Amino acid sequence: MYEFDWSSIPGALPFLWEGMKVSLEITLTAVIFGIAWGTALAMMRLSPLKPLSWFAAGYVNLFRAIPLVMVLLWFFLIVPQLLRSVFALDPNTDVRLTSAMIGFALFESAYYSEIIRAGIQSVPAGQVAAASALGMTYAQSMRLVVLPQAFRNMVPLLLTQAIVLFQDTSLVYVSALADFFGTAYKVGDRDGRLVELLLFAGAVYFVLCLAASQLVRRYQKKLNAHVAH
Amino acid sequence: MISIDKVSKHYGSFQVLTDCTTQVRKGEVIVVCGPSGSGKSTLIKCVNGLEPFQSGTITVDGISVGDPKTNLSRLRSRVGMVFQHFELFPHMSITDNLTIAQVKVLGRSKEEATDKGLRLLDRVGLKAHAHKFPGQLSGGQQQRVAIARALAMDPICMLFDEPTSALDPEMINEVLDVMVELAQEGMTMMCVTHEMGFARKVASRVIFMDQGRIVEDNATDAFFGAPRSERARQFLAKILSH
Amino acid sequence: MSYQWNWGVFLTPAAAGDGSTYLGWMLSGLQVTVALSLSAWVMALALGSLIGVLRTVPNRWLSAIAAGYVELFRNIPLLVQLFIWYFVLPELLPVKLGTWFKQDLDPVTQQFLSAMVCLGFFTSARVCEQVRSGINALPQGQKNAGLALGFTLPQTYRHVLLPMAFRLVVPPLTSEFLNIFKNSAVCSTIGLLELAAQGRQLVDYTAQPYESFIAVTVFYLLINVVVMSLMRVVENRTRVPGYLGGK
Repeated sequence: MYEFDWSSIPGALPFLWEGMKVSLEITLTAVIFGIAWGTALAMMRLSPLKPLSWFAAGYVNLFRAIPLVMVLLWFFLIVPQLLRSVFALDPNTDVRLTSAMIGFALFESAYYSEIIRAGIQSVPAGQVAAASALGMTYAQSMRLVVLPQAFRNMVPLLLTQAIVLFQDTSLVYVSALADFFGTAYKVGDRDGRLVELLLFAGAVYFVLCLAASQLVRRYQKKLNAHVAH
Repeated sequence: MISIDKVSKHYGSFQVLTDCTTQVRKGEVIVVCGPSGSGKSTLIKCVNGLEPFQSGTITVDGISVGDPKTNLSRLRSRVGMVFQHFELFPHMSITDNLTIAQVKVLGRSKEEATDKGLRLLDRVGLKAHAHKFPGQLSGGQQQRVAIARALAMDPICMLFDEPTSALDPEMINEVLDVMVELAQEGMTMMCVTHEMGFARKVASRVIFMDQGRIVEDNATDAFFGAPRSERARQFLAKILSH
Repeated sequence: MSYQWNWGVFLTPAAAGDGSTYLGWMLSGLQVTVALSLSAWVMALALGSLIGVLRTVPNRWLSAIAAGYVELFRNIPLLVQLFIWYFVLPELLPVKLGTWFKQDLDPVTQQFLSAMVCLGFFTSARVCEQVRSGINALPQGQKNAGLALGFTLPQTYRHVLLPMAFRLVVPPLTSEFLNIFKNSAVCSTIGLLELAAQGRQLVDYTAQPYESFIAVTVFYLLINVVVMSLMRVVENRTRVPGYLGGK
């Protein structure tokens, strides 16, 4: 029977915390840029201008059809050279973190855009009509009337997607970045304690994500109760 | 046939039924009425065990519904029930709706079940629709199919839970006609309904419920002629003024 | 910077000297991706339906266990789950079984089995949630109508609730089915030579990164199109007349 030995974890905690900070950093930037770019994509998709709408549809469908791992690998292998040559960077500059962040943001924005599009479409058409009747332009009616309502309904979904994204950051493993999971793996590999470190990493993700999703659920309930009144 | 004795039921602290007692004898037609939220639908669902109750006893044909040893499925297969929202199975053709329980519950052969189902479908005037699906029929037609589906099980009695209240006004009569015919043939029936015309025509007794209690349990003529309770009088005045 | 495009690279014999072309590598990767995804999907559908039903039955214990199952597989990253199946589980198995897995099985079988079990469990939690919401979306009266006709509870599920619930969830299940193909790419991390891994290998061997990534992307798009048209056929076949947009 396997004998557990958890002794290498306490000493590794500072490294693991550094790794967790990287994971959170990637999550946060990807969420912010993903929502911003996703909103733009959603509005393009719904726009009456055909080329814009085609571009957005193509972008979203392409990114939703391919695996995240592949996108990250692509960014890991190709984008660093591109960034270096475009910005004439010193070849020793580490751009792995930046390119991982860009990869995540571009990829996740496709998913965010679909959530946001559904949110915008859930606002009754009468609202746009009412806004136009008050003399608002299309942009004004979007910004002042439609998007605020849409976002309120979407917040739980956007947060749930953020939890998924946080889990997905573990995939930067393919670019050898030291995020939380990558660090746990390296420590386990170094000390010959892969079993313990992997189980520990799983437990940490589980506790964090479960807690976060319970919070989202509670928020959703509050929101529903609020709407019902 | 059906005997309800001191039945009470509550959801948490909310009392839905309090001390309900009544009998339905073989061949009787009982109409249960009352304002919404009075517990009449809950009471009728207790009769075939679709709703559990905490105290009291209900027996159907001598079998206790609340007894954990009772084989409820078997009992239910002998008690027909018609629902407010028809509850035909949308993924099956009308014929399959009429035959599935005959085959799977009663163990009849496919031919026998189809034969019986189509005869009953003819009886409710819908033979031409046998191959359609429920979603392609009007509400009134669906409810007539639902009655035929219940009759196909050769029930010893029938329960009706507001069978016409989800229907458009012009469809109510086609369903009531089927029910009147059934009553006149001597079927034992317990009907939750607001159709007072139906009650006058065929009911042996009318039960009036309010706030989970049976307030009045009276012969039909007496109920309409001189209701004993003030609440029933008010209810009748309101309903008849429409 | 100038990049030398060379689409002919796919037809040149692979440098590994196994007599295959680079296109052959891609196709064998595609084969692994499809075989892995399909076998994991069968497992996910069976397990997910079972647990999804358990979540709706009127028994507090069963539904609590089912809910715990879903939370467990939903709140741990797929990559971590994969590593646990592949690196941790064999260590925790009884010694005999663990040794059999680690020594008697060839590495490709080890990778494939771990990947399949991992994807199967991971996806089953999602399928379970879809099946549950499908059942819950049916009017409560349907269950009552089944019971009132004398069906037992299992019969009511079998004949009344599940046939409708499955029809309702075909569209969300389609997207889970697509996800399993995409998620299978994660299994390249344990060395399984599926489509994405072959693409990466091609980059290393040919130094033609753009061609190989475009090719892999095209293959994934192809999988998408095939799965979606397949599921559309399923959807049309199971459409209920007079219901859910049916005619």
